[in-house]
Amino acid sequence: MSQTNSGKHSQASEAKKAISLPISRVRLIMKSSPDVSSINQDALFLTTKATELFVQHLALTSFNNRSQTEANTLNYSDLAKTAEESDTFHFLTDILPKKILAQDYLKSLEQMQDEDSDF
Amino acid sequence: MAERPEDLNLPNAVITRIIKEALPDGVNVSKEARRAISQAASVFVLYATSCANNFAMKAKRKTLNAGDVLAAMEEMEFERFLEPLRDALEVYKKDQRGRKEVSEQKRRDKERKADSENDKSREEEEEEEEEEQQRMEEEPEEEAEEEEDDN
Repeated sequence: MSQTNSGKHSQASEAKKAISLPISRVRLIMKSSPDVSSINQDALFLTTKATELFVQHLALTSFNNRSQTEANTLNYSDLAKTAEESDTFHFLTDILPKKILAQDYLKSLEQMQDEDSDF
Repeated sequence: MAERPEDLNLPNAVITRIIKEALPDGVNVSKEARRAISQAASVFVLYATSCANNFAMKAKRKTLNAGDVLAAMEEMEFERFLEPLRDALEVYKKDQRGRKEVSEQKRRDKERKADSENDKSREEEEEEEEEEQQRMEEEPEEEAEEEEDDN
C-alpha cells in the first residue's frame, strides 16, 4: 500500500476498501423484497457494509461455539448449532437446519406411524 | 424483472475472503459452511430490508434511507454494528462528495476546452480567408465568395 497518496486520494481508496461485496448485487436482493419502492444511496451502502459485518460475526461466533473444539475447521454443523442456540441468529434456523442421519429420520417416521395406528 | 435464483446470491469469492479475514489464521472452512454463510447473508439482506422498510413506511416515506437501516440493525439486535456502520458511512459520504466535485470540475474543464477550441478554429478560418483574398488579388478574373463568420 502506497504511502505517497495525497490526503484526498487515500481517503477515496479508504472508502473503496470499506466494502468488498458488490453494491449492485445487494441492491438486487433488496429490490426483491415486497413493498420496497426505492432505496437511497446511503441506505444501500449501509446494508452492504452491515452484510459484511454479519458474515464476520456469524463465522466467528460459530467457530468459537463449535462442538468439536479440537478441530481447526468451521463446519456446517457449527453454523446450525449457532442458529439454534443464539437469539440473534435464530432467524436462520429455517435455512440452517440441523442435519440428522437418514436412518434416525426413518426411525422417527416409523414411531409417528405407530402412534397414528388407527389411521 | 425476472430474477434467477443465483442472482440473489452473493459472490462466493468475496464471501470466502470476508470469512477468512474474520477467523484466526490457519482455520479451515468447509465448502458447505461457506455456502451456508453465503445463503445466510442473503437472508440477512432480506430481513434487514424488510425491517428497514417498516420504519420508512411508519414515517410515510417511500424511499429507504440510512436512518431506517440503522434502526433495523438495532431492532434485529445487531447493535454492535451501529458504530462501525456510522464510521464507514461518514467516510463514504466524504468520498461521494469528493467524487462529485471532481466530476463537476471535469465538466467545467470540458466546457472551457470546447469554447477555446471553437475560438481556435475560427482563427484558422480567418487566416485561410486572408490567404484566399491575397490569391484573388493576384488573379483578379476570379470572383471568390467570401465567407465571413458572424461571430
